[in-house]
Amino acid sequence: MLNRIMVLIVGLMAVLTLSSSAFAQTARQSPTVGDQKPAPAPRHDISGTWTPANGPGGAIQAGGVAAMPNDGKPEHQLPYTPYGLETYKSHKALEGKDAVAPAFFNDPRDKCEPLGFPRMNHYNLRMTQILQDEFKVALMYEYDRRYRVVWTDGRDMPKLVDGGVQLGRGWGPDSGHVREQRFYGYSVGKWVDDTTLVVETVGTMPEDRVWLDSTGRPISDQIHVTETFHRVDHDHLEWTEMINDPKIYTKPWLTMNILMVLADLHTDVMEMYCSPVEMEKYYQSYGNAVSGVDSK
Amino acid sequence: MGNRFITFFIVAVGFLILSVPMWAHHGNASYETGKVVTVKGEVTEWFWANPHCLLKFDEKADNGRVRHWVGETQAPANMIDAGWNKNSFKPGDQVTVDIRPAKTGNFGAITRVVFADGRELSAQRSNGVGTDLYKK
Repeated sequence: MLNRIMVLIVGLMAVLTLSSSAFAQTARQSPTVGDQKPAPAPRHDISGTWTPANGPGGAIQAGGVAAMPNDGKPEHQLPYTPYGLETYKSHKALEGKDAVAPAFFNDPRDKCEPLGFPRMNHYNLRMTQILQDEFKVALMYEYDRRYRVVWTDGRDMPKLVDGGVQLGRGWGPDSGHVREQRFYGYSVGKWVDDTTLVVETVGTMPEDRVWLDSTGRPISDQIHVTETFHRVDHDHLEWTEMINDPKIYTKPWLTMNILMVLADLHTDVMEMYCSPVEMEKYYQSYGNAVSGVDSK
Repeated sequence: MGNRFITFFIVAVGFLILSVPMWAHHGNASYETGKVVTVKGEVTEWFWANPHCLLKFDEKADNGRVRHWVGETQAPANMIDAGWNKNSFKPGDQVTVDIRPAKTGNFGAITRVVFADGRELSAQRSNGVGTDLYKK
């Protein structure tokens, strides 16, 4: 009798073990190859390694945010507040219609400062790894190997207060406290349907620390960013971003609408970093000289 | 006549493309618009780094003097898929470099490098937004 029970227990354990490992293995599919139609989007899952659908360099956004390049065209004029325009003019960018030569920039990026958010979405946006569990989604960017965490566990969206954010329910020991501004802010996400995650972010750094894009467009710590991640099918992810920054812009506007495609599951993402040592050598060997500046 | 027209057309389109600011790190403010020169020289250093790779090489001018050049490419992440890598050059390599000159000095953006044995590295296939910058 005892032996029978033992056999039953071992058998049950084996079944449970096998079924859980089988589940884990079927949760991941490679992207579709050839002309086959991609599989449907999985429910509440945007994980994977994603690359811009129009090529690895298709979302670098050197000329300004993807949806609104800084090219001087009337349709790309931004709704600046007077302070926003003044701030823009104080920025010496290396890109865009008002670009200066390499030695005359004042872009925080060129000192290898953290890009911050949402600029992380607009500077060399390349392969982006998205990992998620039942509490959160983590976005790991190729550039500078930076990451953001988006909480999806139902916690309250933080409220902007002077110099930081007031955290509400669900923030664990930080609930109810005021917390500091951060380069990547505070992000909370909510699934609005089976395949669409809407992410809200506030609590980012002020305008003297971060820019919106490489053409010197400004943002302030009053910005509220709304991103939508819509998994169109198994292999494609639409990533849009809207900003509302009443200190800098008179109305909200769309900054990005990019289609990403799922990369091979075994893709190893290349390192792309900002090294102060290499940056200094670049300017000493080249950047200053082409700007007419003597670096000796 | 037909070939000449096609060549002219390609060059003209290339110049138009080159005039658009497309660098990932910096724009085109420092460069001669629509001009590419070819320089023969000997590699002195290859700097595989961000924000841009740098190729240093010496040109022997007609008067026997050496002219030092520094050419930049896109960042490694852009160049790797076009076949460039950390070991693409070593000091002493004889190279012919197509370069878009800067407005000052012997500097510029490299569009193509041809080695003495005929091997070629093109910046045209780099995956950056700057790709078009290298098209001729």
